[in-house]
Order: sequence, then C-alpha cells, then structure tokens
Amino acid sequence: MTARFKHKAVVLSIVLLALLLPFIIQNDYFFHIMTLSFIWMIGVYGLNLIAGYTGYLSLAHAGFFAIGAYSLGILTVKFEIHYWLAFFLACAITCIIGLVIGLVALQTKEHFFAIYTLCVGYIIYLVIDKWESLTGGVRGLIGIPVPPDLGPISFRSPVSQYYFNLFFLLAAIFMMYRIVHSLTGRTLIAIRNSEELAQTIGISTMKNKLVSFVLSTFFAALSGILYASFIRFIGPDISYITMTFDFLIFLLVGGIGTLSGPIVGTLLIVWISQQLQFLQDYRMLIFGPLLTLLIIFYPKGIVGGIFSWKMKMQEKKKRLSMSAKSATQRAEEG
Amino acid sequence: MEIFAQQIFNGLTVGSVYSLVALGLTLVYGILHIPNFAHGALYMMGGYITLTMMTKFGLYYWIAIMISMVIVGLMGVLMERLIFYPLRDAPPIQDKIAAIGILLFLEAFAQFVWGADYQTMPTPYGQVVSVMGLTFTMQRLLIIISTVVVMILLFLFLKKTFIGSAIIAMSQNREGAHLVGINTNKMAMLTFMISGALAAIAASLSSPINLVFPGMGHLVILKAFVIIIIGGMGSIPGAIIGGYILGFAESLGATYISNDYKDIFAFILLVLILTFKPTGLFAKGGHS
Repeated sequence: MTARFKHKAVVLSIVLLALLLPFIIQNDYFFHIMTLSFIWMIGVYGLNLIAGYTGYLSLAHAGFFAIGAYSLGILTVKFEIHYWLAFFLACAITCIIGLVIGLVALQTKEHFFAIYTLCVGYIIYLVIDKWESLTGGVRGLIGIPVPPDLGPISFRSPVSQYYFNLFFLLAAIFMMYRIVHSLTGRTLIAIRNSEELAQTIGISTMKNKLVSFVLSTFFAALSGILYASFIRFIGPDISYITMTFDFLIFLLVGGIGTLSGPIVGTLLIVWISQQLQFLQDYRMLIFGPLLTLLIIFYPKGIVGGIFSWKMKMQEKKKRLSMSAKSATQRAEEG
Repeated sequence: MEIFAQQIFNGLTVGSVYSLVALGLTLVYGILHIPNFAHGALYMMGGYITLTMMTKFGLYYWIAIMISMVIVGLMGVLMERLIFYPLRDAPPIQDKIAAIGILLFLEAFAQFVWGADYQTMPTPYGQVVSVMGLTFTMQRLLIIISTVVVMILLFLFLKKTFIGSAIIAMSQNREGAHLVGINTNKMAMLTFMISGALAAIAASLSSPINLVFPGMGHLVILKAFVIIIIGGMGSIPGAIIGGYILGFAESLGATYISNDYKDIFAFILLVLILTFKPTGLFAKGGHS
C-alpha cells in the first residue's frame, strides 16, 4: 500500500509541476518546445500501445498522424467547418481508415506486418504529396485555425496553448493508464508475449489486436490534430517515414511497453535535439547508433532500465536480509 | 508498338536493379530471418563510394565498383557482427528497430560526408545506341547484361561450390547445418558480405541513369521488400522473377496509367497481395 501511495505522490507532484511551470518560467520559446513535446507524447503513446504492449511494430504511425492533421486542416481551411466539429470528424476519419487498414494489416504477422505498414505509410505519403487539389501537394496547407475561444478562455497565447495541449496529454495518459490496467490491456500483453498461447486460452486475438490498432491510430490522430492547430501549417513531410522513426526513437529511449517511457523519452530527445541544433540534419549521426545500442543493451529504454535496476536492488536487499536472518538464527541455535 | 517495346526495355533495366537489391535482401532473410531494413542504406553507400572512387581518386568505373563492393560487403559483415549477432535470440521487434537505427545513422553519415545535394555519376558508357527503332544508352544495356552475369555467377557459386551449398543448407535449416559441421557464424558473415556487395553493384550500375543522394535507398528498399514478399521471403528465384515483374509493371504503368503515381503501383500490388495472402505468395514453410 505504501508503495502505491508513494507512486501516486510522485505522479501528482509531476502533474503539479507541469501545471505550475508557467508561473516559474516565463519564456515563450520554452513553452513552444514544451507544447510540441506534449503533442509528440500523445502520438508516442499510440505507438506504445500497438508496438510496446501488443508487440506489432506499426511503421505507418506517421501516416495516421498526418491523416489526422490533414483531415483537420482540410475540413477547417477548405470546407470552413467549425473547429470542434472538424476536430471530432478528423478523429473519426482517422479511426475509420485505421479500422479498415487494421482489418487487413493484422492478418499479417511480425516482419510482414512491419513491411505492410511501412508500405501503407508510404502510400499515405504519396497520396498526400501528389493529390494537390485536396492537400496542396508539396506546398502544404497554411492558415489552420487555432481552437476558438471557450467563453473567456482564448487559445492564442503560448501559455494557453501550453495548458490546452497539457490537458489533452493528461487525458491521453489517463486513458492509457486505464487501458493498460484493464482486462484489454492485459490481453494485449498476453498477445505480445505469445499469440499462440493467448489463442489457446480462448482470447480472440484479432478483435483485441484491432482494438489496440484503432486506439493507436486514434492517439496518432489526436496528436496530428493538435500539431496542425498548434503549428498552423502542415506539409507532406509529416507523413514521411522519418517521422515514424522519430516517434520510434522517442518511445525506445524512454522505454517501450512502459507507461512513463513516452514522457521521459520525448522530453529527453526533444531537449537534446534543441541543445544539438548546430547538428540539424546530422543529429541522426548520434540518435541512430543510440537507438541501436539501446535496443541491444537496454531494450526497455531508460524507464525499463531503471525498473530492472530497482528490481535487482530489491532482490539484493531481500537476499541480504534473508542471509542476515539465517545468520542470526544460526547464532541463536548455536 | 515502339513505345511498348521501349517500355519493356526500360522495365528490364529497372527490374534488373530491383532484382539485385532483392537478391541481397532475400539471402539475408533466408539465413537469419531478419528483414534487413538497413539494406537500402547499404545500397546508398554503394552509390556514394563508387562515385567518390571515380571523382576523387579518378579510378576507372569498373575498378571503382569493385572497391565499392568490397567496402559495402565489409560494412554488411560489420553489421552482422555488431548488431544482428548479439540480437539473434531477442524478440523479432528488436532487430528490426536496430536495423532502422543503422539506416538512420548511415543516411545522416552520407549527408554529413557528401552533402544533401543530388549528384550525377559519370559513366564511360553514355553513348546513345539505336537498334531496331529502340533508342537507349549503353549504360542501360550494361545494367541488363551485368545483372545477368552477376546472377549466373551467384547461381554457380550457390549450386556448384561447397561454401555456396553450405549457405543454402543453412537457409533450409540452421540447426541442421550446424549439426553437420557447417560454421554458421562464418556463413552468416559471408551472406552479409554477398548481400552488401550485391547492393553496391546495383547502386553503382543504376546511379548513372538515376542520381546519387542520401535518400536514394528509400524507395528501392521498400520495393525490394515488396519483391521478396511477392517472390517468397528467402527464395532466390522468387527475388529475380519478382524484380522483373515489378520493373515491367512500373514502366508500363508509368506510360499507360499515370507517371505521377508510378511509385505507388508496387505498394498497391503488395497491399493487395498481403490482403489476400497474409504470408505472401510462394511462402516457404512455417516461417512467418
């Protein structure tokens, strides 16, 4: 019980810190980076659900991110639909496309799934890039509106944008927490560990995988929508493979298959990237080998590494106290 | 009719390059059951190394290609030793991600060393030839002929030499090969060497008609994956036939359907195939 209480206290203090941050630091650039990190994190959570918890590496993630972003952009800019209606529709569109693709893609396994989704991602990129009349082609879409005022609250200042996206991030984390700790979450982990075994004990793997896939596209869409209304300009490059790889790096550095991994990984990599800005396009010179080394030595990322270190410590303690106990016992007997 | 013949010829050139890349990919898959996502980066490195050898050191085209094959082959070996070997017992998601890490690194490396610009590779075979109404450059003819030669050599190596049959044996059953005394580690390294060399020669042959740039491997590797899924993961004849099928489909599709969307055909083909046959056409046995 105490461990749980401690855990809760840590989570609450981090949330509190995130809420109070604007009162401590007043720097627009800082908020810009933080807000962007929050948006990425939501997308990373989506990837975590399908790749980390279900064990299916979806390489079309940036594609769904872009479908969400472009749906919102096209609906608000070209069709001038009200922002919140477009917001809702964009989520729905992405989930429906995700459902259709998932139905087919999840028939395949392992390598085939990765290659299949890689190709789907590329098709999405090509369609966005070439369908100029709808998506604006390489020129992209400009002038995507920010969320309209909610009563007295306006979403124009960096601080309000910060809170706006923080709200969605917290909602996303809460949702992920509920999913992972539900029966569905445990079912997904069972599928990841052994699909055959899961099937043998009567789990409908297809249904659960589909739920996981569609939810992951939902997170990607949410992230894309928020991105579109935060940056207010989108181009086809947001659907390119490199974007999926970015998500993957955030996830892996933090810890794949952990709840706090996406936060740790995204914050760390985004801030390191900011520090290494002089490297610009060459940042992959560092992140590429980092990714490979991490997967070889710390396949569960930073968070996973800390967890296993903690476990080891606990075990050591247990063993120490055990041996101490037996020593005293022996002393008493002797 | 003339356009049609011209497109068939183009398809043959494009298909040759695809086949070579897919061959390397399928060899590695056959031995280690890894989809090597970094193969496209090896292809790109092959192009750049040949280009550098020619422009910086003034070497002759063929010598440059040879050096490039050796260097990229060694890079393949290094990759096997440093990355895929330590990960041989890890869950399959991990070696895919590790390969992606290599891909990102090599691309950034190429951009760092050679810049992001598109570069043209000079070729001693730039002459334009006209035969029976077909107009083409010697380079295209060269691609077709060299590919066939490479394929024949590879075939002889795999079928007629002891080492070649050891590789085949290993792709059929790794444990079994190990039991009869085949050094599986050495064979895995050798396979990566061949795979890298194939990527290098494919890139060096195609670069004079395409261009050399850091992202040149992206589309090629994606299409090579499509090919080995069509042809059966790990199947050598499948990779060759699949490569030519895709080459024809693309060049004909570009002429008769749409040039803008010519790159999409391969992926739609793959999506269709996997939709109806999730383990790919001609899938070999129980591997998934």
